[in-house]
Amino acid sequence: MIQARRLTKRYGEKVAVDDLTFDVQPGMVTGFLGPNGAGKSTTMRMITGLDAPTSGSVTVDGKPYAELVKPMQAVGALLEARAVHTSRSAYNHLRALAATHGISRSRVDDVIDMVGLQEVARKRAGGFSLGMGQRLGIASALLADPRTLILDEPVNGLDPEGIRWIRDLLKELAAEGRTVFVSSHLMSEMALTAEHVIVIGRGRLMADMAMTDLIAQASTNVVTVRSPQAAELAAALAGPDVSVATEQPGLLEVTGLTAPQIGEHARRLGLVLHELTPRQASLEEAFMEMTRDQVEYHAHSAADAGPATTDSDVSSRSLA
Amino acid sequence: MTSNTLPRPAVPAVQVSPVSQRRVLRSEWIKLRSLRSTALTLLAAVVAMIALGMLVGWATNAHWASMRPEERAGFNPIDRSLAGVNLAQLAIGVLGVLLITGEYATGMVRATFAAVPRRLPVLWAKAGLYAVVTFVLMLVSAFLAFLVGQHFLASHGTTLSAPHAWRAIVGVAVYLTLVGVLAVAFGFLIRSTAGGIATLFGLLLVLPGIGQLLPSSWQVHTLPYLPSNAGSSIFSAHPDPTALSAGTGLLVLCIWVVVALAAAAVVLKRRDA
Repeated sequence: MIQARRLTKRYGEKVAVDDLTFDVQPGMVTGFLGPNGAGKSTTMRMITGLDAPTSGSVTVDGKPYAELVKPMQAVGALLEARAVHTSRSAYNHLRALAATHGISRSRVDDVIDMVGLQEVARKRAGGFSLGMGQRLGIASALLADPRTLILDEPVNGLDPEGIRWIRDLLKELAAEGRTVFVSSHLMSEMALTAEHVIVIGRGRLMADMAMTDLIAQASTNVVTVRSPQAAELAAALAGPDVSVATEQPGLLEVTGLTAPQIGEHARRLGLVLHELTPRQASLEEAFMEMTRDQVEYHAHSAADAGPATTDSDVSSRSLA
Repeated sequence: MTSNTLPRPAVPAVQVSPVSQRRVLRSEWIKLRSLRSTALTLLAAVVAMIALGMLVGWATNAHWASMRPEERAGFNPIDRSLAGVNLAQLAIGVLGVLLITGEYATGMVRATFAAVPRRLPVLWAKAGLYAVVTFVLMLVSAFLAFLVGQHFLASHGTTLSAPHAWRAIVGVAVYLTLVGVLAVAFGFLIRSTAGGIATLFGLLLVLPGIGQLLPSSWQVHTLPYLPSNAGSSIFSAHPDPTALSAGTGLLVLCIWVVVALAAAAVVLKRRDA
């Protein structure tokens, strides 16, 4: 169980994590989503005591990480950048970490088997492929059989087989009753793994909900309507929570009403419909929609490069 | 009955003990032994001590006849045989910095501090282990360098029973040990290999040279207190008249080391890893 309370991290003027409050529950995989630079890694570094919060707090099993007596048993962490001395063998790396908690050699052998590194365990970790490096990172995280796992972008750069392996492993660990907290900038990846999701953008909490709710919310927004009397229909449907867009004559994109509602309106007004299609916005679109204003580094289009902008959000986003 | 109806064997619970200074020492000992570069650098320090003792002894003896009178007056067979200390301190200093900056450069430090979030046990373990390893190796090396050096100095040599001989041998080991601990502290303070090594040897080797440019009335009050000068008064059998006494030199160098370690401890606790 991870509990963040008004967690904030500032680097000088820049706010990396802004007043985050959330709980990560045991027994399921919780996804931690946000675009690159949203503050996911910084949050995870604060959970594992590597960075100190500017204000607020974060605890694991009710205690700040630095106060844990057996930190590796409470939390196993795989943080984004590699955390292995390149000249040391995987086996000696794990042995050195195990020694801090008096963990036996046989457990070291066990985790090496578990992640499938038997063949290369005695070789320099510096020569490992990305996938082998991730496996070694996971072996270190699992050493003390932790109650909570924190993984920062664990599938980054992995081949499909490796991605699937990690996905299955995370679900299995969660099914054993552990807390599993996984960050990603890919919504689609999270949709396959996580039951619950916490979304942040520019350090702020955007959503904290069940994955099914997020999916439901994301897929009920646009309905495509084709009608020879499109203009009349558009006028009839318009309302405070409804927006109707027309890209070509006879075609409407309706947001804010479901397909049945539109169909019933049309019948009441005696209008002909040729097509009525609820369009499922992909999760990726929903995520981008949610975090669009929160992305830190936009690719600058020609229009963005113009000197005058009245959008205060855009101007505050310019690189300090 | 098929195999998948059999109960899964219970996975034995993993035995996990609380992090302690003793366990962190074990961990750091495994780290120290498992890098080939560590062994090679220590070997370089040993070879530098002994080989230079031999070489300088042989060269002095071979050119004795052509030495100028003032050179002979300044000659001391104990100091000659221990000339390797200057070279050995390079290896010991570089390795001391690298033990820490190597972890920062590779990211290993994140694993280290995730395992030991209180951090200070890591500092004490690294400094303590490196001190013990350096002291033992350099004591043996200095002793061998003395014997080999006296052997090659032949009739100009001396014996272990000569005054200051033992103080010089042990003094060299103590000096190199303190340089090693100073290097570890600089590694934690500066975190980058190049910066750490440059700062350490700037202090040890460059600052005394710059100090020579000060007015001579200031030099007396500053130069002997620099770490390398204070250090050489610990082991020098025939010291410079302006140098500190061996005991004062040791005290001054210890103060440098303690201050550097304290600064490293404060920085380590405060800064993000």
